[in-house]
Amino acid sequence: MEPGGYGGVAVLDATFHALADPTRRAILARLAAGEASVTELAAPFHMSQPAVSKHLKVLEKAGLISRGRDAQRRPCRLEARPLRNATAWLADFRLYWEESYQRLDVLLESLQKDDSS
Amino acid sequence: MSLRVTTPTDREIVLTRSFIAPGQLVFDAYTQPELLTRWYGARGWKLVGCDIELREGGRYRFESLGPHGDTMVQTGTVRQIQAPLRLMLTEVFEGQSYPGETLITHEFSEHGGQTTVTSTISYATPEGRDAVLRYPMARGMGESGDRLVELLTDMLANHRKELP
Repeated sequence: MEPGGYGGVAVLDATFHALADPTRRAILARLAAGEASVTELAAPFHMSQPAVSKHLKVLEKAGLISRGRDAQRRPCRLEARPLRNATAWLADFRLYWEESYQRLDVLLESLQKDDSS
Repeated sequence: MSLRVTTPTDREIVLTRSFIAPGQLVFDAYTQPELLTRWYGARGWKLVGCDIELREGGRYRFESLGPHGDTMVQTGTVRQIQAPLRLMLTEVFEGQSYPGETLITHEFSEHGGQTTVTSTISYATPEGRDAVLRYPMARGMGESGDRLVELLTDMLANHRKELP
């Protein structure tokens, strides 16, 4: 069992790497609306199919998408689990710092009270 | 008014948070040692020593006390100071596991009685950023929740911003 159950550090690193590219994020956002073929994915990005295929390989390696078996179309599908792991990770990071900001809320409030009295 | 965390590139973490207070006051809370020690520190950590030479090129040193009596020291240089709008610092932790200096830029923007602080933390390498993102997990926190939709919304928003 990996610590925290996020799927492991190497997997998370692959997820974050895959998400660092704006084209790959846009491809994922498109796939959130339903599966699509390489041709369908390439159209809105004004990219060649080989260029899109390169991005798809990175996404597939990170487990963020899977490809269908249909030899002709090989439709791409969003795989939600690694994304969920990555967002849970960021949510933890957020909670880790949120307490500090809540103390700042209290401090700022008391400073303003002092000011007005 | 909750904290937003995003990772716009593979070397950055961006924290965004709004406060009900004027910009100058929030800026003071980020730069005055007697105020910083009253709030700064991630879960379980408390700032116990704080020195800042508040000028460009000035040095600073933060010493924090952790949950099991651990101490953590971070030091750096004030790169840019533009009160009450902008503060840029370098940061290195003592015994840091990743290479290079981290660059932290705090931007303070006041609007309608609220001040939004956007803190961009830029690591020298992607490995540095990933190591820091791992800290909360190393502390055994484990909140899982389905924020897929939220993430996709963020990703789309980021994507639109990056379009010409």
